[in-house]
Amino acid sequence: MTESDSAAQQPEQSQQNGDGTAATSAAAPSRRAVLGWGGAGFALGAAAAGGAMTAFGGGPDMVSAAAAGASVPFHGEHQAGIASAVQDRLHFAAFDVKTKDREELIKLLKEWTVAARLMTAGLPVGEGGFGGLPEAPPDDTGEALGLKASRLTLTIGFGPGLFAKDRFGLEGKRPEALVDLELFPGDNLDPARSGGDLCVQACADDPQVAVHAIRQLARIGFGRTAMRWSQLGFGKTSSTTPDEQTPRNMMGFKDGTRNISGTDKAALDKHVWVGAGDGSDWLTGGSYLVARRIRMNIETWDRTPLQEQEDIFGRDKGEGAPVGKSKERDEPFLKAMKPEAHVRLAHPDTNNGATILRRGYSFTDGTDGLGRLDAGLFFLAYQRDIRKGFIPIQRNLAKSDVLNEYIQHVGSAVFAVPPGVRDKDDWWGRTLFA
Amino acid sequence: MRPARLTVIAAASVAAALTAVTGCSQKSDAGGSDAIKVAASDSACEVSKTEFPSGKVQIDVENKGSKVTEVYVLFPDARIVTERENIGPGTKASITAEIKAGDYEIVCKPGMKGDGIKQKVKATGKGGAEEKRSPEADAAVAAYRAYVVQQAEETLPKATAFAAAVKAGDVEGAKKLYAGSRIGWERTEPVAESFGDIDPKVDVREDGLEAGQDLEKDWTGWHRLEKALWVDNKIGDREKQLADTLIADLTDWQKKVGQAEITPTSIANGAKELLDEVATGKVTGEEERYSHTDLVDFKANVEGAQKAYELLKPIAAKNDPELVKQLDTQFAALNTLLDKYRADQTTYEFTSYDKVGEPERKELSDGVNALAEPLSKLAAAVTK
Repeated sequence: MTESDSAAQQPEQSQQNGDGTAATSAAAPSRRAVLGWGGAGFALGAAAAGGAMTAFGGGPDMVSAAAAGASVPFHGEHQAGIASAVQDRLHFAAFDVKTKDREELIKLLKEWTVAARLMTAGLPVGEGGFGGLPEAPPDDTGEALGLKASRLTLTIGFGPGLFAKDRFGLEGKRPEALVDLELFPGDNLDPARSGGDLCVQACADDPQVAVHAIRQLARIGFGRTAMRWSQLGFGKTSSTTPDEQTPRNMMGFKDGTRNISGTDKAALDKHVWVGAGDGSDWLTGGSYLVARRIRMNIETWDRTPLQEQEDIFGRDKGEGAPVGKSKERDEPFLKAMKPEAHVRLAHPDTNNGATILRRGYSFTDGTDGLGRLDAGLFFLAYQRDIRKGFIPIQRNLAKSDVLNEYIQHVGSAVFAVPPGVRDKDDWWGRTLFA
Repeated sequence: MRPARLTVIAAASVAAALTAVTGCSQKSDAGGSDAIKVAASDSACEVSKTEFPSGKVQIDVENKGSKVTEVYVLFPDARIVTERENIGPGTKASITAEIKAGDYEIVCKPGMKGDGIKQKVKATGKGGAEEKRSPEADAAVAAYRAYVVQQAEETLPKATAFAAAVKAGDVEGAKKLYAGSRIGWERTEPVAESFGDIDPKVDVREDGLEAGQDLEKDWTGWHRLEKALWVDNKIGDREKQLADTLIADLTDWQKKVGQAEITPTSIANGAKELLDEVATGKVTGEEERYSHTDLVDFKANVEGAQKAYELLKPIAAKNDPELVKQLDTQFAALNTLLDKYRADQTTYEFTSYDKVGEPERKELSDGVNALAEPLSKLAAAVTK
């Protein structure tokens, strides 16, 4: 969406809602009012869509962006939610496709696109959350009314099941790089938390906005899709904006400092975006996503001596500096670390340059029935080819990482993530079904 | 069942009552000479005038026949405006009612049985006139009312047979008759629940009792007997007594059910509520936690929803053909899914729900969501 598009949409939607919030927006910017700012040149997300992201260059911009709850443009060459600056909250959902009808599936994807376009702009879906027929449920569930766009991004992915034979006529379009993952040593995968024909990643600075988005899509999908599993996440554990401090994971450590930056166009083109000659033309400009639910044995970790914790990661706990260095972003000297330290094993230099864009979130889903915190890392990795990205790194980690004593992979899924929705006539997956 | 719930149907009655009250001031007082005289006999129901001004209306009935009679004023959709029962031979009775402009029927029922003898009447004027409904909508409401009455009538003999088995101390026989005795109730649950005094007596579950209620004394109805049959596996004096209570309460329901406030939107939302019942109580196995006959209730809920939908379909098809297509597909899909759990489609012998695994329950739940979501749009489609 261009800036002028979003500005043009505002009055139309205000009318639809007719609740008068726009009138009071001067005092407290509503979700809708924020769009007006976007139109006036608050070009935060527009820059992101172009890949330049210069607006994120400085700290002050970052703060004002979050404070304003700005909207990230939905349209672009790539889907938002991959290289975009990582938001604070996540609601990730995997769906089974229930319809057997290809046209129905296409219709659903078009309906989802329309809803996603509205919601990422901070607008309610359909005819809104109130003011309609009293006898009928409102089109929009309403829990995000009055909230800002909160940098909501919605990112769709297509699971291997979609390409199955005799299903939607897509068997010839399954990309070779969309591989079924092998069972790695130590995996304890729960089928009820794994797989899925479709996924939607909703990231936002406000958890209510992210949850609302998934809830709306699930509702629109009923009869054609059924939610298979979903995961809430908080406290982003990675940053795609290198000027920010790397957030800490649930173990209290900074991890993934060397994550690919959302502003590093060369690295994104090399490691994240599917290129024109990569073998699946429909996916050009897209990516591959690996999602893993990684449970942490929180209680035993907390009883581990500090020195051992630091040895396990290969970083100090306070600053996050690699062994023998003083600052977090100092170039790590891998040989100074224990051979089985996490950072050493995960580093591109140990993996023939293999690297991924990490976008994981911490999760805490209550307790597990044994009084242990059901918590850990919901790991999301984007890459150009799963065979060259996640797999070699994970093979290395699963085999030797001393961190394995404290973690267990309990959910797993892979998806092909199509390119961005280009304009208002485009829709999620158009190139796949063309 | 949810005893404290204000169902859409009950809510509709409240709304109607309020309308009647607020309309009062506009009406002229009914004078004695303006009264409508009804001469009832064993074979006739003569009305002194077939047109009268809307407002507060007095009806003076004289029973000139040899049988006890009752007189009703009915809306075109067969809903009761007002009634008077037990008018003995040779006696007189007066009925007053707030009647809005529109078409009505005055009905005498000699012997208080059958369809009665009907007279078409018209209340004229504009004040407080009820919004005119289409004949199609009236037809749907009348047909749904008939369905509800029929379900209650068919339930009673089945429940009586179940009660008889309990009273005979026949545990196995009672178990066989239990689920079937509930089908009519489950098919019309939103209407049945609108009688808030009956629902907690016949369909409450152990955890539905309120604080201060006594499990021994206050827990009555089907599920209390279900527990005795499947958990205790024995029938005592208390159970035999409760079997009688169940029949008394269901008889009360049968008497009242024709009077429920029903509108096209309440039928539509009632259909959705039936799916809600499935989603919250049956698919989880909570409803029939001892007998595990949840799939019988499930099927009955779906049948009741489908009946409601079919009656409204002619209206919905005009306003939202796409929705009708979707609902046809999803009803068929859910019925096909349910049929996987019974060998013979002519019976209600379904797989015991404790034998239905988690993935299958998820599949059933997905099927319910797939139908219930579009079904929630039916009310809008019949209101347009």
